[in-house]
Amino acid sequence: MIYLKAFLLGGLICLVAQVILDNTKYSPGHVLSGLTVAGGVLGGFGLYDRLVEFAGGGATVPISSFGNALVKGALMEARTHGVLGVLTGMFELTSTGITAAIVFGFLAALAFNPKS
Amino acid sequence: MRPVAKKPVKADQRRYQRLVQEREPRPPRLRNACAAFLSGGAVCVLGQALTDFYQAVLGLDRQAAGNPAIATLIFLGALLTGLGYFDKLARFAGAGLAVPVTGFANAVTSSALEFKREGLVFGIGSKMFMLAGSVITFGVVTAFFVGLVAAVIHR
Repeated sequence: MIYLKAFLLGGLICLVAQVILDNTKYSPGHVLSGLTVAGGVLGGFGLYDRLVEFAGGGATVPISSFGNALVKGALMEARTHGVLGVLTGMFELTSTGITAAIVFGFLAALAFNPKS
Repeated sequence: MRPVAKKPVKADQRRYQRLVQEREPRPPRLRNACAAFLSGGAVCVLGQALTDFYQAVLGLDRQAAGNPAIATLIFLGALLTGLGYFDKLARFAGAGLAVPVTGFANAVTSSALEFKREGLVFGIGSKMFMLAGSVITFGVVTAFFVGLVAAVIHR
């Protein structure tokens, strides 16, 4: 059941992005940034976690999850260390994604050459 | 220079413009939307399957198991980009591959590859986040202010 929900929510988020891309002048960069901001705002209200609970990978795999994870990390630290925690906790939960992207991206760039 | 009155558009030109508009290729919107839905859903199912896999094999709780699952998807995105397959898949899938975290991996890897010829430091090192950087910038700025407001309210 979680797989069906993951498929439906994940697919829906991608569909919305595709419809925006095909019907407006916005570039993929605009749409992805917008999704990240939307995830962050939903995370601030604690709503994104409900999506994760509902659809698992359908909510954690799209880029909006990155915005949510940034906010969540900042708030987790803020709860224990006060407002300064917003600075120290920002990358607490997102470090996997950023580190993996840098390391694997770097290695792939070394190993391969651009295809024309 | 004196402002020049706009030249009257001749009937021929108008007809030509209409012809251009008609003939201009329109994106196959319905097909694109379906492809994005199906492929995006499939990537998320893969992410969920990886999460379950790591949860069972590494004995992690559900939230912690999401991390290696995301890392695996990023690895796959970077590998497929390096091999040159990502673009071919993305031509079909569109946002279905760009919106999941595989798109983030593709943005980083394709920028690094594209500027490889400018060297390790000025090419790969500094151009890596040329596309993906805006997601990080806007994500962090949003999270900073949302976090600040929430932290002050909940104090």
